[in-house]
Amino acid sequence: MIRVSNLTKSFNGKTVLNDVSVTFETGKTNLIIGRSGSGKTVLLKSIVGLLEIDMGEIWFEDVLFNKLDFKDKKVIRSEMGMLFQGSALFDSLTVEQNVKFPLDMFSAQTQEEKVERVNFCLNRVDINNSNKLYPSELSGGMKKRVAIARAIALNPKYLFCDEPNSGLDPLTAILIDALIKELTEEYSMTTIVNTHDMNSVMEIGEKIVFISQGTKCWEGDKNDILNSDCEPLNDFVFANSLAKKLRTART
Amino acid sequence: MIKFLTQVGHYFLFLKKVISKPEKPKIYYNQTMKELVSLGLTSVGIVAIISFFMGAVITLQTAYNTENPIYPKYLIGLGCRDSMILEFSSTIAALILAGKVGSNIASEIGTMRVTEQIDAMEIMGVNSASYLVLPKIVATILFNPLLTLMSIVVGIVGGGVAGTFSGVMTLENFIYGIQYAFIPYYIVYSLIKTVFFAFIISSVSAFQGYYVEGGSLEVGRASTKAVVYSSVLILLFNVILTQTLLS
Repeated sequence: MIRVSNLTKSFNGKTVLNDVSVTFETGKTNLIIGRSGSGKTVLLKSIVGLLEIDMGEIWFEDVLFNKLDFKDKKVIRSEMGMLFQGSALFDSLTVEQNVKFPLDMFSAQTQEEKVERVNFCLNRVDINNSNKLYPSELSGGMKKRVAIARAIALNPKYLFCDEPNSGLDPLTAILIDALIKELTEEYSMTTIVNTHDMNSVMEIGEKIVFISQGTKCWEGDKNDILNSDCEPLNDFVFANSLAKKLRTART
Repeated sequence: MIKFLTQVGHYFLFLKKVISKPEKPKIYYNQTMKELVSLGLTSVGIVAIISFFMGAVITLQTAYNTENPIYPKYLIGLGCRDSMILEFSSTIAALILAGKVGSNIASEIGTMRVTEQIDAMEIMGVNSASYLVLPKIVATILFNPLLTLMSIVVGIVGGGVAGTFSGVMTLENFIYGIQYAFIPYYIVYSLIKTVFFAFIISSVSAFQGYYVEGGSLEVGRASTKAVVYSSVLILLFNVILTQTLLS
């Protein structure tokens, strides 16, 4: 479980997140949704400690993460995996080396055990016979899969995904969503996904937090989202003309 | 002024992060070996070519400016040797390497920053500054002195070839000149300067790349800044070290 309390973050005097409190549950795919520029990525990067917060608390189970020093944060970080918007694979390393990187840095396994684990992770995300390829030789969907394989290499307790579907076609996006949901259940991870893709929301949104202009406006699940009376959320969910027509017809 | 001092402060904090105990010494060793190839070995060609022609030009210019018979011909060889050892092979070669290696380091690390590869390392709990930069600093500090020694030799050979083939002096005169009044400490002085310059090139360029914000345009700007700042610092430290080591 990850708990965020009264989180506030500003850049150069401009408040980007204001007093956000939310709990992300274990074994569930937790979604942070909102328009571009609403503060989703800042919230995610604050939770993982890439950004220093101005005020508030970030708890990983019983540990107050944002007050830890670099050394103690490393312990929690070794239990984190993250999928970045642009995959963030290391350009100079092959697929195999990318997935092996966290194992090289943090595990005491032998080379054979590491390679075995790498192959297991790559098979788990349906990447086969690509161990020796470089990221520049992969498609967008394959890059995301390899990044997921790297994120789960150390059996993390927490998985963070920043817009995992950006730049992908709808079918591949659904496959990536399904993979994230499967892995979350399989390894009983606390998964937080940043997205503005409504397909993702309806496919994997077990717990959804809606952020608008830096504040938490709504919290619920995919069954509640269509019946919300939160106006900014409705504007977001029913943004396109077809959705607007359906909503009008239903009401 | 405040901005400048802030930058200097950030630079030293960055160095503190870089120069920390390696998490996995074997991995750092492997990284250093890779950097020795990518930053060191790949610079051998350019340094050799430039040194050869600079040695040749120094010899010819010295010859044409000392045509008075009062000057013995072997002084041309001596001039070539001391110019290469004292200034060219350490300082001018460092300025050339600031362009080649410095821009390479800044753009590589800068690109990793803007494509979130550094964030990915940080999330894993890796000290990204140390992992990415320390091997580069170690590799340049180890390899640049070798480049300097090679540059001295190639430059003197270039001088000998140019002097002999142009007919401004005999090979015997040149060889006598390069042995005449040789002060071995000059080599030490040159190597000490090289070590300082190697540190400046790798650390300043890495600093510029590591804190890039934005996109490819900013990476390009960081790369340019890396070359400019490294070059200026090399020139400044050249004066300081010369005064300190030769006075």
